[in-house]
Amino acid sequence: MTRLVTSREAILALAILILLAVIATRFPGFVAPANLARVLTDTAPLILLALGQMVVIVTKCIDLSVAANLALCGMVAALMNGAGLPLPLILLAVIGLGAALGAVNGLLVWRLGIPSIVVTLGTMTIYRGTIFLLTGGAWINAHQMSDAFKAFPRAVVAGLPVMAWIALAAVAAMALLLTRTPLGRAFYAVGGNPHAAVYTGISVGRTQFLAFVLAGALAGLTGYLWVARYAVAYVDIAGGFELDVVAACVIGGIAIAGGSGSVAGAVMGALFLGIIKNALPVVGISPFWQMAISGSAILVAIAFNAASRRDPGRIILKRAEHRT
Amino acid sequence: MSILRKALTTAAMATALVAGSAQAEDMRIALVVKALGIGFFEAANKGAQEAAAELGGVEIIYTGPTDTTAEGQIEVINSLIAQRVDAIAVSANDTDALVPTLKKAMDRGITVISWDSGVAAEGRQMHLNPSSSALIGNTIIKLAADHLPEGGEVAVLSATTTSTNQNTWIEEMNKVAGNYPDVKVVGTVYGDDLADKSYREAQGLMQTYPDLKAIIAPTSVGIVAAAQAVTDAGKIGQVNVTGLGLPSEMAGHVKSGASKSFAIWNPIDLGYSATMIAYHLAKGDAKAEPGATIPIGRMGEVTLDDNTEAAMADPFTYDASNIDEFSSIF
Repeated sequence: MTRLVTSREAILALAILILLAVIATRFPGFVAPANLARVLTDTAPLILLALGQMVVIVTKCIDLSVAANLALCGMVAALMNGAGLPLPLILLAVIGLGAALGAVNGLLVWRLGIPSIVVTLGTMTIYRGTIFLLTGGAWINAHQMSDAFKAFPRAVVAGLPVMAWIALAAVAAMALLLTRTPLGRAFYAVGGNPHAAVYTGISVGRTQFLAFVLAGALAGLTGYLWVARYAVAYVDIAGGFELDVVAACVIGGIAIAGGSGSVAGAVMGALFLGIIKNALPVVGISPFWQMAISGSAILVAIAFNAASRRDPGRIILKRAEHRT
Repeated sequence: MSILRKALTTAAMATALVAGSAQAEDMRIALVVKALGIGFFEAANKGAQEAAAELGGVEIIYTGPTDTTAEGQIEVINSLIAQRVDAIAVSANDTDALVPTLKKAMDRGITVISWDSGVAAEGRQMHLNPSSSALIGNTIIKLAADHLPEGGEVAVLSATTTSTNQNTWIEEMNKVAGNYPDVKVVGTVYGDDLADKSYREAQGLMQTYPDLKAIIAPTSVGIVAAAQAVTDAGKIGQVNVTGLGLPSEMAGHVKSGASKSFAIWNPIDLGYSATMIAYHLAKGDAKAEPGATIPIGRMGEVTLDDNTEAAMADPFTYDASNIDEFSSIF
């Protein structure tokens, strides 16, 4: 199983390299280190959300409310900044708020047993609506944000902006959590075989709840980063972004049926999409083709996944199922 | 249809004339807005008051519902009909829903015009647009050209590939591009009115065209995102961001220098012009029919087209000299 996972990631890594090579033939400046750093920074929000979404998908759930959660937390961050609160407090508050919003999803899934796609479809609208209630639809613009608020994600430390470092730190922390802690293993157990997980003493609902909280906290943090980076907050920011996040996970080989997927896969899936998004404006492809190209890339990646999904790991699990 | 409308209009005009001469007191013009408490309309009211003061003998009734619903506006208009005002100038929440009520008003001899957001032709005598596609198209390229005495490359950052407004404006812009021979429009990209995509497209433009001198973004999301991208790329002073935006959203970027100037209609002028037109129509010294010309005081005059619609003026240009005044308004 491990070998198959690595091979799927190897295919993805190869695809990314080929993609970069093709782009470089059209626009050589794209693969300059400074530009790649820029692409990484630009993809940081997608990476952060894909990490959270990955954990949720691994537990057999899906969170469609991440973008709305991001937008709400971003707006709250901008409002707190307007009220003159210090940045560390804002950061803590948005992570806490994001986690709380995730917890709402988690509780509904856990306690009421509603399918996660329905729960998060509902909360997605509620969270967006809440932004409207908070602001009456007004925008918060660049000149209404303090300089420190806008500067933090942009500050360059050791060659990379803080925003990129935050994404990298989250990747490392998530990799540790998933591979080295009981909770991390529980996520896989719950998604891979819920019945077996119960027999080993893992609460399926509680584990799913924690996955939602984790995804929510990451979305909250990303909310601040997003608003500070684009220096604008309004109801519709990151509209439709949840689909990008799910697409990044799917491209990264996270099984929608739960139980399998890796941090490396999610990160590469996000990078793959991020590179396409950043390359399309500079390679001179007609905008009318851009969406078709993005869509085709997703389909091709999924076709790869589907081909490698017929893996022995699944069959072993099925046999285990029959034996119980 | 057209004869009926003409007959109706003439009847309304005649009644208005009679009503006008019967009452020697102030002419009462009602400015009905989409909702009270919106900065844009408060500013339009300011313009209407200015027009009233200039004309003399005119009382402005500034009114509207508390939320932007057609039902609320119908109630407001019904009460204005009961008060027998001389003219109603409305920015409608719904193109069709207000028509029956406004027809009733016209039957009672009240002059009815729409402005900003129009009602269907049978529900008003004329409609005042803040500007026209041709004027907007010319303005956006002129804004870029004004700050490029030596010319240079400019690019357009639009909304989506299917946005009717933006596509029309860009088409009109390309028609008059020949008048600005030194300004070379090198490309059009689409930010889909998403902050992140617009930001990336603006970054892409600066990479693809290293000599780019200006980005024209005729969309309020795009212009803000482009200004931020230029700021982050450290290209303030090198790449000028212009187009259509709202003063409250652009204030920071005008102050930082990322945008030297941009345009949007001026609500004060719009309220002023709507009042002027309502006054002349109600007084009977102008007629609302295709091809007619109506004077609008300091704004000059407007000419009605075949749909009895008129365009007020070029969009108003905002820059460092007036941004503070308007950023608090809308």
